[in-house]
Amino acid sequence: MLKHEIDPNKWIDLHSDYLFNYTISRISDREIAQDLVQDTFFAGLKSMKNFKGEASERTWLVSILKRKIIDHYRKINSKKGKAEVRMTYSGDENEGDWLEERVANPFNKTAESTLENEELSSAIYNCLDKLPKKQSDVFKMKTISNYETEVICNELNITASNLWVIIHRARTAMAGCLEENWF
Amino acid sequence: MSKKNKIFVACEEANHVCDKTQYKDATLWEKIKLNIHLIYCSACRKYTKNNNKLTKAIKDVDCLDDDYKEKMKKELEKAMKDAI
Repeated sequence: MLKHEIDPNKWIDLHSDYLFNYTISRISDREIAQDLVQDTFFAGLKSMKNFKGEASERTWLVSILKRKIIDHYRKINSKKGKAEVRMTYSGDENEGDWLEERVANPFNKTAESTLENEELSSAIYNCLDKLPKKQSDVFKMKTISNYETEVICNELNITASNLWVIIHRARTAMAGCLEENWF
Repeated sequence: MSKKNKIFVACEEANHVCDKTQYKDATLWEKIKLNIHLIYCSACRKYTKNNNKLTKAIKDVDCLDDDYKEKMKKELEKAMKDAI
């Protein structure tokens, strides 16, 4: 019954890091971001029938995630509404200036840097996807998850010099790929 | 041992040290050798420059913990079984 274009078994391997990065650039709380990613997968599973295969699996999942993020902000905003406190107006200009409206933008970075960061991380993940599986695995573990060399070697059953060769190839490929798409 | 103590290293080794430097895994002596190499090797200078750029770019990229992924996988599998 599963269409061949969509395969939830692979979702987590293929898309979870990408979705997580997408979320973390909008919600800086790791826990919440993780939950939202998980919610997205469940929601995706539920509405899999509606997947027409017009867009890629990732685009489709991102569109679900977007709704989840908006819903999240709605939810915290409605909580804020319950504790409405009126500030003293400092002047005519600020008439109607409620505490709610004064709350800082939930994105704690400037819009520009958020945007740039998000574009950069998606560029990086797109480049990572182009690498052979082994290279991207090792590269991710070493560079993004910051595992020790020994840990990776044990886990993947490779020697340290093996690892450095893989890292070298991955870095060369990544630099080339980002050169085209980003730098 | 004589190989290890050479001041002038081949590009291959220089690149290897450069990769290590990105993860702060290189020793002081290795770094000295790399820098001496960089003085006269423009190809490796370019590689080092790009490599540093890549490290800087990737610094802010985050990913999920493996444990959490495993947990998510299990729960998703369970949900899939329930759905079918």
